[in-house]
Amino acid sequence: MSAIAEAALSSRAGRVQRVFSPGGIEAWLVEDHAVPLVALEFSISGGASQDVPTRPGIATLLAGLLDEGAGPYDAEAFHRALDDKAIHLSFSADRDHFSGHMQTLERNTDAAFDLLRVALNEARLDPEPMERVREQMAAALKRDLNDPEAMGNRAFRAAAFPDHPYGRAVRGELGTLPSITRADLDDLRTRAFARATLKIAAVGALDAATLARHLDEVFGAWPELPELVTVPATSIANLGTRKIVDLDVPQTTIRFGRPGIHRRDPDFIPAMVVNYILGGGGLTTRLFHEVREKRGLAYSVYSQIQSFDRAAMLAGSTSTKNERAAESLAVIESEIKLLAREGPSEAELEKAKRYLTGSYALSFDTSTKIAAQLVHLRQEGFDISYLDERNKLVEAVTLAEAKRVGERLFGDGALLVTAVGRPGGM
Amino acid sequence: MQSGPSLPQDTLTPPVPSGGKQGAGSAITHSRLENGLQIVVIPDHRTPVVTHMVWYQNGSADDPPGKSGIAHFLEHLMFKGTKAHPKGFSDLVAELGGQENAFTAYDYTAYFQRVAKEHLATMMGFEADRMMGLVLTDDVVAPERDVVLEERRMRTDTDPAQQLNEAVQASLFPHHPYGTPVIGWGHEIETLDRSDALTYYERFYTPANAILVVAGDVETSEVERLARETYGRIRGREKPPRRFRPQEPEPRAHRLVTLADPKVEQPAHERVFMVPSYTTGAPGEAEALEVLTHFLGGGHTSLFYRELVIARKLAVAVGAYYMGTSLDATRLWIYAMPTPATSLEALDRALDEVIARVADHPIDEADLNRARTRLVADAIYAQDNQASLARWYGASLATGLTIDDITRWPERIEAVSADDVQKAARKWLDKRRAVTGFLLPEAAA
Repeated sequence: MSAIAEAALSSRAGRVQRVFSPGGIEAWLVEDHAVPLVALEFSISGGASQDVPTRPGIATLLAGLLDEGAGPYDAEAFHRALDDKAIHLSFSADRDHFSGHMQTLERNTDAAFDLLRVALNEARLDPEPMERVREQMAAALKRDLNDPEAMGNRAFRAAAFPDHPYGRAVRGELGTLPSITRADLDDLRTRAFARATLKIAAVGALDAATLARHLDEVFGAWPELPELVTVPATSIANLGTRKIVDLDVPQTTIRFGRPGIHRRDPDFIPAMVVNYILGGGGLTTRLFHEVREKRGLAYSVYSQIQSFDRAAMLAGSTSTKNERAAESLAVIESEIKLLAREGPSEAELEKAKRYLTGSYALSFDTSTKIAAQLVHLRQEGFDISYLDERNKLVEAVTLAEAKRVGERLFGDGALLVTAVGRPGGM
Repeated sequence: MQSGPSLPQDTLTPPVPSGGKQGAGSAITHSRLENGLQIVVIPDHRTPVVTHMVWYQNGSADDPPGKSGIAHFLEHLMFKGTKAHPKGFSDLVAELGGQENAFTAYDYTAYFQRVAKEHLATMMGFEADRMMGLVLTDDVVAPERDVVLEERRMRTDTDPAQQLNEAVQASLFPHHPYGTPVIGWGHEIETLDRSDALTYYERFYTPANAILVVAGDVETSEVERLARETYGRIRGREKPPRRFRPQEPEPRAHRLVTLADPKVEQPAHERVFMVPSYTTGAPGEAEALEVLTHFLGGGHTSLFYRELVIARKLAVAVGAYYMGTSLDATRLWIYAMPTPATSLEALDRALDEVIARVADHPIDEADLNRARTRLVADAIYAQDNQASLARWYGASLATGLTIDDITRWPERIEAVSADDVQKAARKWLDKRRAVTGFLLPEAAA
């Protein structure tokens, strides 16, 4: 391999092209013909936080309906058009975003973009698929009604974000799912499907000119500006409280959280480093050693920093048999306080930095992972150059900084805790 | 190669939520060291990353009677250390930016690391060291047994659907060890100790029983050289391991297994048939079952979905899955969730009617084509992911298939005719070969 090619490879950013369609739509592209596949990911602002407060689940229902009949195709014909060419196309909604995921064999690229265009611009939202998908959502909610993890999520969400869109159920509520109307779906797509918040990334056997042409076909008819409901900034409520949800199972599922540090905050990188040390890594974190390895209290124990658009949290989870659940929680609380008080050791910091920089490449080894990473980066407002800067930022974290940000992140160690099961002594 | 949801396998740790080249799949090689270690290299030069896996050809179905869960328990204990690395090497892998894990299935146990390519030799050194150098003390064994019991509580003891599935499998295989869950039965896991683990380890962990799979930005010759310098230095155990598995007799009676639990709000239906695998089937048989499964339950255009969900509105969801990669006779699953107005009995009858129609009526060519196209495309999509490609090859070889079997799989799928599919349906979707599972809310007292 030539030196120039080596240099291009070693720069992740150097492989990403910024593509503008004639109509002015931007996409990031990694062109790579090694495998005859094309992956495309996109997102827009406007997920479940845009749902009508009394009828959550609208964004999820819309995401489930875009491939259930559009333009000249009824639901069955649309799926047939996808499956005949083995095109993968799906949509999803989370709290803040509505996203699309497309993957196709290179030879079917034109057909795939055309089906994407029809789904995004001409989805029929017919009554039959609407009732069917609504029933599927209801069945999924029923299945989760007494599932410890789902119950824990529900209890945690409600306690952490009362009276805020983040406290609502992204996938809807059994009681109000039937009241979602066709007008709700039309309203959401009219307000949210707009170019100003659109982030697109494509990876694979596709050149810039072809991509640019398809961008205008798919997204060109969208208005520039969305009309979104403003979501106020918020933070975890009910810190220092424990909510116990009774369920007759032998194990208690614990969720814990406190305010985090946002992805766009200058302290985010050091926060990521100290969270790695606490519980963000795999088999090497303090929580893993103390809760799992030393005491055999749980199979899974972790913490993570979650950034929503308008909130950030440090959140984690574990599951321990009822008799010892209180012990698990006590260990987690004491580890958080210890790390807040003393900060990490020099050796821990060094190891964390080595892992976080060394493993970054592992997020870029498939087309779909790369495309998703690029969209994510754009959602957070970063430029392409961040792909190369990110590891330098991690390397630059000093011990003093890690200690300071650890104090900020863990504070007095107060947590909101939910526990589902029949925990003893909690 | 899998056309349905992948089966739960027991892994050492759950995934932590976080945050001019050729693709994988070209020029795949297979060779063998003198000590019997097999080597598979899958080049993928798109990213400077490698996936390094070692597969042992023993899984939970090789657990000795009364010691269910030992394969999986040992998998956990393999992270506890050796003479050279008394605390294990997980910290060292992490310091190199590597990610690692392991998993146990019915027919194999596998360990892997994903790292930047320059660390491949180090990973090989680590993995070769623990192939025969494991050191265990009671201090580490006891808490890890508790970890496994918590894993079982998390996956099974809190989930009625999983409990039903265990009972269905146990009924499908009353004799063969596939009837025992991979993680083991709780009352037997509680009794497993250090000596059980070491006895099992000494029986199976040796180069002649292992398959090294390396996928990523590597050259075959370099991988083979590094393998000789690491794994090649291991002198294997005297006796190469053998598997002794009682085989299941031909099933003759349909079985219905019902689980009612107050935690169940959404009833569910499953039907599992005992069928041949790629390893046990006559030529073309597994391929026909694969196409049949896709035709019946592969997504929104499948026959079950069209009939049971769209046309008759008896189910909200339905699908099928063929677990073709299996050393012994295997399972073809059909699963469905009824609409609120439908009883499981009515859904079950409707399912029987659709299956009977497939056996009696010619299969539509367009439907057949679609199933074949999607399956063949799956093999192309797999080239985008070195880690899943490594798993596909590892699992196939560990269940007795060859590289040629895998690379020519798309051709054999293309060759499956409508007649083959119909014959497979008639022969194998015979209810006498099946167990039906009903998951129900507990009847009001």
